[in-house]
Amino acid sequence: MVQGHNELIAEKIEAHRGMAGGLLPLLHAVQDAIGYIPEESYPAIAKGMNLSVAEVHGVVGFYHHFRTHAPGRHILQVCRAESCQAMGCSELEHYVKARLGVDYHGTSADHAVTLEPVYCLGNCALSPAVMFDEQVLGRVDKATIDELLNTLEAA
Amino acid sequence: MSVRVYVPCDSGALSMGAERVAKAIRAEAERRGLVIELVRNGSRGLYWLETLVEVGTADGRVAYGPVKVADVASLFDADFLHGGAHALHLGITDQLPWLKNQERLTFARVGITDPVSLDDYLAHDGYRGLRNALAMTPDAIVQQVTDSGLRGRGGAAFPTGIKWKTVAGCVADQKYIVCNADEGDSGTYSDRMIMEDDPYVLIEGMTIAAIAVGATQGYIYLRSEYPHALVSLNTAIERAQAAGYLGEHILGSAHTFHLEVRRAAGAYVCGEETSLLESLEGKRGLVRFKPPLPAIEGLFGKPTVVNNVISLATVPIVLDKGAEYYRDYGMGRSRGTLPIQLAGNIKQPGLVEKAFGVTLRELLYDYGGGSASGRPIRAVQVGGPLGAYLPESQFDTPLDYEKFSEIWAVLGHGGIVAFDDTVDMAKMARYAFEFCAVESCGKCTPCRIGSTRGVEVMDNIMQGKQVSKNIALVRDLSDTLLNGSLCALGGMTPYPVLSALNHFPEDFSKASAITSETALADPA
Ligand SMILES: Cc1cc2nc3c(=O)[nH]c(=O)nc-3n(C[C@H](O)[C@H](O)[C@H](O)COP(=O)(O)O)c2cc1C
Ligand code: SF4
Ligand code: FES
Repeated sequence: MVQGHNELIAEKIEAHRGMAGGLLPLLHAVQDAIGYIPEESYPAIAKGMNLSVAEVHGVVGFYHHFRTHAPGRHILQVCRAESCQAMGCSELEHYVKARLGVDYHGTSADHAVTLEPVYCLGNCALSPAVMFDEQVLGRVDKATIDELLNTLEAA
Repeated sequence: MSVRVYVPCDSGALSMGAERVAKAIRAEAERRGLVIELVRNGSRGLYWLETLVEVGTADGRVAYGPVKVADVASLFDADFLHGGAHALHLGITDQLPWLKNQERLTFARVGITDPVSLDDYLAHDGYRGLRNALAMTPDAIVQQVTDSGLRGRGGAAFPTGIKWKTVAGCVADQKYIVCNADEGDSGTYSDRMIMEDDPYVLIEGMTIAAIAVGATQGYIYLRSEYPHALVSLNTAIERAQAAGYLGEHILGSAHTFHLEVRRAAGAYVCGEETSLLESLEGKRGLVRFKPPLPAIEGLFGKPTVVNNVISLATVPIVLDKGAEYYRDYGMGRSRGTLPIQLAGNIKQPGLVEKAFGVTLRELLYDYGGGSASGRPIRAVQVGGPLGAYLPESQFDTPLDYEKFSEIWAVLGHGGIVAFDDTVDMAKMARYAFEFCAVESCGKCTPCRIGSTRGVEVMDNIMQGKQVSKNIALVRDLSDTLLNGSLCALGGMTPYPVLSALNHFPEDFSKASAITSETALADPA
């Protein structure tokens, strides 16, 4: 775990102690702040929220959104659901995987991008759709992906 | 007076570059020394025309689209600020047939107003339903909602008024209103549009629900894939609270209602109401056994109304215009309107709110304009990933809950995903099993194990291995899922699977045909 994380996590725990059903909001707060939920933090989280470590483990593991390892600097989510399939997302998936040299849940070698599958972004009217960090993109094609990744490489 | 220019801030519009268009318009106006008032409205729902830019004129709002940054200078040259002619000129927005022929009740304000402006909301009939509700007894509010015929828009179509009545009848020290904003169904985005583009209508609906059943705390369980909705909801909640529409003594009355947004974490099953409640309690989203019903023992064991975004956002207009007004739309036992979402391979995708009774064909061709690819539409999936695939021969089915169940299909949350004739329906059946495997909460064996087995069997079918034996296996597995699942994730996965198999059997024997052909042509 990176230095400083301990303190940050302790702060978040303090802020969520006593909140009804506060574990998910706490996990979100931790992941928003440092990008993932370090396993080393489970005991502190469990203690702060009055749960067992196993329970924290179970919850983090249940939800696709939560990550237990540091992601790349950016997150690219490619929609795999039906509407995007109808507009050719599987070709797009292959292309993105090849360009980044990773499969889903993998991070590119330069640590710039973590690739994740997603099942609908609510942008089905503009399929295929992807989400880059918190930015949704619609009617995405290979050129859109190239543009996106080239800007990253240039930066 | 400066001209008003509208550029949507809806995430769909943003996904097509609306932010850049807005900036370009501002910069170009400045460069030309023109004073404009730039309003960031919601989306009108004509997504193929995003970024749809509008200007306020004496005759009404005039639309231009789809506008790209490169078009901005020429729009100014054409004097678009006064509705001037341009290749992207579409005419008076309200007169566009696509919009004019809709019945926008729940979506009355969407795309018209600045989503987070409370003044805009009030100026467009906002909070009239709540004012009426405050003058009524809780029983009368519940009766009004029951009489409107409103049924849950989250998928199960349970009468909203009856659910409320159960909660209202419980005696408890605490009751909750929970809005199901998990909108996990692919091909659907009406919840997202309401939350991003008219968040106050949802807040108002929840407040009315709270008064009707005696709840003082509400939660909106929002899927984590909707960061824009999170911002607009939180902004609207803050402003509603500051203006006395939320919190203690709502509009000076004795009623209290606190509202909070909670983020989901990317599990489809958490859209199921009991799994959602587990998740809100901070646990894994395991589906609960019913009974007890959430209405009686819901969140933290207390009586809880769980309703979909659209169900709740429809309550204000019912309370404003009366049960009869709403009930007069629709057909059979499907009363009122349904916000339909056109998606997939469709030329003119977007949000069509229509009274029940409109047919799939009208939606796909009159509104949708046929496929985006120009090829024939071969199949449509209605009602999300657990909905059936319908072939062309069923396109005349009217949108009505009962008519759909007669053909072993569901309306669900009103999403329609079109596929052209390049679709491989065996692949879609395989995907349905795969989705079930990825999203299963794991509580029932058929769902947890059977779905993975289904993927393997479909792989064999697609490779032409013992096709008829494996098809029989798919039917067996589907039977087990239909009968041995605690919730509709396992229980309805057979809908897409079997409908694909029954309506498009040719796609399931393709591989064997190809394999035997190649075998003949190339005797190795
Ligand atoms: C697997 C599964 C997923 C569901 N997802 C959603 C959802 O995303 N949004 C929703 O409103 N209802 C969803 N439902 C339906 C809810 O269980 C419930 O019926 C609904 O929230 C009740 O609200 P309504 O009566 O207003 O429709 C889902 C059900 C199942 C079985
Ligand atoms: S059917 Fe599947 S998702 Fe539903 S309760 Fe059973 S295991 Fe969980
Ligand atoms: S299916 Fe891809 S955004 Fe909805």
